[in-house]
Amino acid sequence: MQAILALEDGRVFRGKGYGAKGECYGEVVFNTSITGYQEIFTDPSYAGQIVVLTNPQIGNYGTNSEDNEATRPYIEGLIVREFSKVSSNWRSQQVAEEYLEQFKIPVLAEIDTRALVRHLRDNGVMRGVVSTIESDVEKLVAKANSIPKMDGTDLAKVVTTNRPYVWEVGERSHEPIEIVGFKDEPERFHVVAYDFGIKQNILRKLRSECCRVTVVPAQTPAEDVLALKPDGVFLSNGPGDPEPCTYAVDNIRRLMGRQPIFGICLGHQLTGIALGGKTFKLKFGHHGGNHPVKQLKTGKIEITAHNHNFAVDPDSLPQSEVELTHMDLNDSTLEGLRHRNLPLFTVQYHPEASPGPHDSHYLFKDFVKMMEEWKG
Amino acid sequence: MPKRTDISKILILGSGPIIIGQSAEFDYSGTQACKALKAEGYEVVLANSNPATIMTDPEVADRTYIEPLTREYLEEIIRVERELSPGAGFAILPTVGGQTALNLAIELSDSGVLEKYNVKLIGASVESIKKAEDRLYFKDAMQKIGLDVPKSALVNNLKDGLEFAGKIGFPVIVRPSFTLGGSGGGMAYNREELLEVLARGLDFSPVHEALIEESVLGWKEYELEVMRDLKDNVIIICSIENFDPMGVHTGDSITVAPAQTLSDREYQAMRDAAIAVIREIGVETGGSNIQFGVHPHTGRMVVIEMNPRVSRSSALASKATGFPIAKIAAKLAVGYTLDEIPNDITRKTPACFEPTLDYVVVKIPKWQFEKFPGADESLGPQMKSVGEVMAIGRTFKEALMKGVRALDTGKRIGGEKIEPKILTQRLVTPHPERLSYIRYAIRQGHTVKQVAKMTGIDPWFLYQLKEINDMQLEVEKHPIESVPTEVLREAKRMGFSDGRLAGTWRLSGKGDQEKIRHLRKKHKVQPVYKRVDTCAAEFESYTPYLYSTYEEEDEAAPTDKKKVIILGSGPNRIGQGIEFDYCCCHASFALREDGYETIMINCNPETVSTDYDTSDRLYFEPLTFEDVWAIYEHESAAGAEVGVIVQFGGQTPLNLALPLKKSGVKIIGTSPEYIDLAEDRKRFGKLLDELEIPQAPGAMAASLEEAVAGAAKIGYPVLVRPSYVLGGRAMVIAYDEETVVRYMKEAVEYSQDRPVLIDHFLEDAIEVDVDALSDGEDVVIGGIMQHIEEAGIHSGDSSCVLPAVDIPEHLLARMREYTFKLARALKVVGLMNVQFAIPRSGYAETDTDHGATGVRARPTEDHVGADTLVRPTGANGTGGKVYVLEVNPRASRTVPYVSKATGVPMAKIAARLMTGRKLREFLPEYIDQQKDLDTGSCYYVKSPVFPWNKFPGVDTVLGPEMKSTGEVMGVADNFGEAFAKAQIAAGQKLPTQGCVFVSVTDHDKPHVAEVARKFVDMGFKLVATAGTADVIEGAGMACDRVYKVKEGRPNVVDLIKGDRIQLIVNTPQGPDPFFDEKAIRRAAVTARIPTITTLAAARAAAEGIAALQRGEVNVKALQQLHAEREAISKAPSPRRT
Repeated sequence: MQAILALEDGRVFRGKGYGAKGECYGEVVFNTSITGYQEIFTDPSYAGQIVVLTNPQIGNYGTNSEDNEATRPYIEGLIVREFSKVSSNWRSQQVAEEYLEQFKIPVLAEIDTRALVRHLRDNGVMRGVVSTIESDVEKLVAKANSIPKMDGTDLAKVVTTNRPYVWEVGERSHEPIEIVGFKDEPERFHVVAYDFGIKQNILRKLRSECCRVTVVPAQTPAEDVLALKPDGVFLSNGPGDPEPCTYAVDNIRRLMGRQPIFGICLGHQLTGIALGGKTFKLKFGHHGGNHPVKQLKTGKIEITAHNHNFAVDPDSLPQSEVELTHMDLNDSTLEGLRHRNLPLFTVQYHPEASPGPHDSHYLFKDFVKMMEEWKG
Repeated sequence: MPKRTDISKILILGSGPIIIGQSAEFDYSGTQACKALKAEGYEVVLANSNPATIMTDPEVADRTYIEPLTREYLEEIIRVERELSPGAGFAILPTVGGQTALNLAIELSDSGVLEKYNVKLIGASVESIKKAEDRLYFKDAMQKIGLDVPKSALVNNLKDGLEFAGKIGFPVIVRPSFTLGGSGGGMAYNREELLEVLARGLDFSPVHEALIEESVLGWKEYELEVMRDLKDNVIIICSIENFDPMGVHTGDSITVAPAQTLSDREYQAMRDAAIAVIREIGVETGGSNIQFGVHPHTGRMVVIEMNPRVSRSSALASKATGFPIAKIAAKLAVGYTLDEIPNDITRKTPACFEPTLDYVVVKIPKWQFEKFPGADESLGPQMKSVGEVMAIGRTFKEALMKGVRALDTGKRIGGEKIEPKILTQRLVTPHPERLSYIRYAIRQGHTVKQVAKMTGIDPWFLYQLKEINDMQLEVEKHPIESVPTEVLREAKRMGFSDGRLAGTWRLSGKGDQEKIRHLRKKHKVQPVYKRVDTCAAEFESYTPYLYSTYEEEDEAAPTDKKKVIILGSGPNRIGQGIEFDYCCCHASFALREDGYETIMINCNPETVSTDYDTSDRLYFEPLTFEDVWAIYEHESAAGAEVGVIVQFGGQTPLNLALPLKKSGVKIIGTSPEYIDLAEDRKRFGKLLDELEIPQAPGAMAASLEEAVAGAAKIGYPVLVRPSYVLGGRAMVIAYDEETVVRYMKEAVEYSQDRPVLIDHFLEDAIEVDVDALSDGEDVVIGGIMQHIEEAGIHSGDSSCVLPAVDIPEHLLARMREYTFKLARALKVVGLMNVQFAIPRSGYAETDTDHGATGVRARPTEDHVGADTLVRPTGANGTGGKVYVLEVNPRASRTVPYVSKATGVPMAKIAARLMTGRKLREFLPEYIDQQKDLDTGSCYYVKSPVFPWNKFPGVDTVLGPEMKSTGEVMGVADNFGEAFAKAQIAAGQKLPTQGCVFVSVTDHDKPHVAEVARKFVDMGFKLVATAGTADVIEGAGMACDRVYKVKEGRPNVVDLIKGDRIQLIVNTPQGPDPFFDEKAIRRAAVTARIPTITTLAAARAAAEGIAALQRGEVNVKALQQLHAEREAISKAPSPRRT
């Protein structure tokens, strides 16, 4: 099956189609993680995006029911150098191609992904179409140009849950704990988590730290959250531009100081805005599992998982209220902040990893500590 | 954290000679460490006994000690260095010199030397080394942090071993403590085998201890390369997955980076474990390598082992990712933290990150069992490969196929039919050719599942092989004339070489590959070059570290600068080792200085030449015609003038020289035609005749009949060998027709194009190597090296001494004259090596003051001339004949050794000559005075190192086929001490007292008494077999008699086993049903008793022992030796004639 990627600037890549027949549209971004394609497929933060994986061999270990970050894949399309026709791993349940086909996600393979990545690096992320049904390149480029831009788009409200629920540990596997990274712990705290596109591993991590978690829709008013009498509020990751999510910014403002708050990724950006800051779009974003982030207080480095196109401008934040806690060493962008007086801290990157290194798991413990202190 | 200022001097320990398990990778790591620390302003002192390395170049460290790597010599180095700077902060970095350096660090610490001279260890502490290396400590440590390990127990006797194995069940693995590359280890499937393997293992362990371990045979095997800094930042540089499952030493496994069949959860669990391990073991700074086993069906993950130092795998990881582990490790050792060190490749980002790959790397080991007939070829926990290739492709398939062609084996399994039973055995038992058999099995229709079951190899890898096979079938469906572009492109993307495609289409003979090349051109299927950049293109890269692939975009736009391509030597092999990498690097360094853009092509990840900063551009590519030609074409595209150097990389590039030239490539230096002429028996013979240079009578044969007739005409004994080989592969000395017949029938392939060469073997001759520089007109001799073993032993296996010890001046002069003539006749531009033989009959001396009449200035004569290596048998003043054995108009194995002895960088000068510069620019005084490069007042002895302990059962006799893996150098102001030092450095500890066993051929008997006398005079007792004893007693010396092995008992082997003999002098006497030399040599290797196989070497050993008895331990830095020599050569010398 022939497949084509057409970018908004007219650049075209031709390769082979796998997975579902059809077309997909989105912002084309690249992710440099070596492992964890299944987690990437199912990360709701990728809503609206076609993902290029730089690791050229994808699908080798198949997919399984435990490694999903959501109930379905959220990527619009996948672009890889080589897509394995078979899977080999003791946990594998389904070949990756079948898995994506089941959810109608098109895959473009066997293109020069490195050339594509260099194009995106030099020219910035851009909109694109992957098609297995249309061969007229001009039409495809025109289509790419007609896709709504990511900037200014609120995708959180699209991917969020439509009703609140208490998260339960799903199916348990036979695998050793260190693989799944989950322990059943007695519940000591109640956390309300805003779902802007939340990843399962965040919930697992909170649960492992003795938290009962109630997940609520993105637009849940602050008062409703407080009515649940939580010990802390969690602001999740999610797709799209933070700026249009004014409802979330308002709610965060109303929750600040009334509950310990911990935010990740989009949750961090929204908090930044709530604190008076501004966000901006990065040229090609941070997507990968090898970013060095420095804890500014200790100088210690964490290798972290990143998945963001937007960032909070540190100069826009009120220095008197906000302490900058984490910085990316590659490009010196802001990766974490803490309120000087209120129980609130957020990070731009993904301490829940999945995929990615576990260096930042401590943040979940910090959150628990903050709730403990708040409780007195 | 800024660098440490409490230290100003750092001693870096090298790894010594190249041996199996410790190869060129430690030249790479040591060189990086030296350069990094020197750049930081530290005074860098280096100790390494291996002269073939780049790291022992005098400009790499501030002071370089080419001295034996033993506690005694290191203590002396430390003492001298401490004396030079009494108050300085002085530290030792032991983590870049392999196991050898770590073991030495422990010894120095345990013996109190470090404390005595107030020297600190950096990079690793004694405690952490012990914790990581001692299997019991390690196991305890792992259990403490909750990590799983295979069940195991340490034992120091057979009984305990059997008992424990009974408990955990067979098979079990035996791992001796503190040995290199798993030496002496093995697998035991039953009690009987355990007794044998354990006995050997205990014997090999310096602490007489071995671990018996639960077998994790068939589990998936992984390695992580980890780095940690003083602030406890830990990063993983690379994950490596072994194609061969557990059970095969990782050095003998095909390995793949990054890991291919682990999901993120599994990988991260392994990463967490690796970080926990490095923290628990307490490696404060630097790199470590941690190995894991994963059960293929349950996922149970166990920690196998850890190397708290830079290793072979870290060299591979460095080349695989572009992250210079050794360099960074050195910087971390002096206190920098990872975030303070920039990533050279991206410049803008720090070294504190984890490299990500957008390509796949495959490493394939190179074995040379053909060198060791009788060796067990099955692969197990003890490493047996001598080198490796690495290949980079965008997919596993492409990388694997590139790796296979880079291996340069010349073998192909394909057409022949293999018996099903044999096939099963070949699949089940790991061995060097297993990959070929797997491909055969798949081609025969075996399913991936079947093959996976038999091999234990992950089905994903096997499926890739199946896809390659499917592609092959697809290609076969199309005739070459009508093959669709897409099929051709797909095949090339999978890594099919032009040669393989030509074979598929049954093209043969000359021009077959050319046809494919034209076909590709027609279809526009051409390679592009992509960069290795540590970051999968996320950031711009500034280092052109390149690999070819069949993709859309090229990232290596050629410049229009004048440039030189240097062809490297490929995988390390016996006969083609690190010496050639040394020469290639030097060519690059020199021509870079001269303003050329230098371009390196090589596929060996263990080398300095494949460091991204050695040349302006690095193409990590197979050294085949296809790959080299493509690069040449690519680099010429911008219209630049491109010269190619083929004479520095050994035989591999030389084989490409003529085809490249015929295709229009500009080869610089000596022309390939002349290189070829020197290899062509007929034409070369004619040239020698014209030049009136004597050579041993010879003949060529392309059939059995021709060979027999030729040998008879020349006269036995004859030396028989194939044309175009390096390292004397498949070379024998035949004393009779039967041997010649057998050789022609079994040993070798030959053709009209490639006949067998037959030469009269000059028995009883000394051999001499001469290295020279030439620009086609002027010639300067770099060194005249006198071999210590007699002719007939491969020059790479013979110890030699520079300057010649006792060759009379008129014969030296004759060799010079011949060398000059040959260099001019062959229009040599660059390096040349000539091998001479001087028969002892007719060998004469003109003077008893040996060497004093030579052109070398020699200020001290005290130690010289007291003894001679070669006993004169005639003395007619100007007698003696010098025969030319062979001429190699190219870099030789001895170039680095001669360069170090003379202080003149011969390879650099040679590279410059090739670009048209003249010898007169560099060495005018040597041309004017017609003198050789100068070795000052010292003797430099080079000695080989053999891999016998890796191949139990193999005969250790030396012959015309090279078997040594590496070399060492000993330096002293007298020959005996220099020889003794070289022996010590090579691991042959010459005894200073005890008993010498002597048994020599009839031929040697006339001279044996004189040699025996030397030992008696030094207080040794003698034991001899009957014939030899008669001669010794006849000369009035006491001598015990001992039975030959088969005569009765106690025989000589019993004495060896009973520690009654400390030195063996046994000149090979051919087949003797009673004597059984093989058993003696074997017993000697096991008991680590030095065995000397020529009288010449026995004389040298006697001098060495005399030096040892004097009890002096002297060390001198190379820089100091060179400075002294300079001073001498500048000062007017009254002795100069």
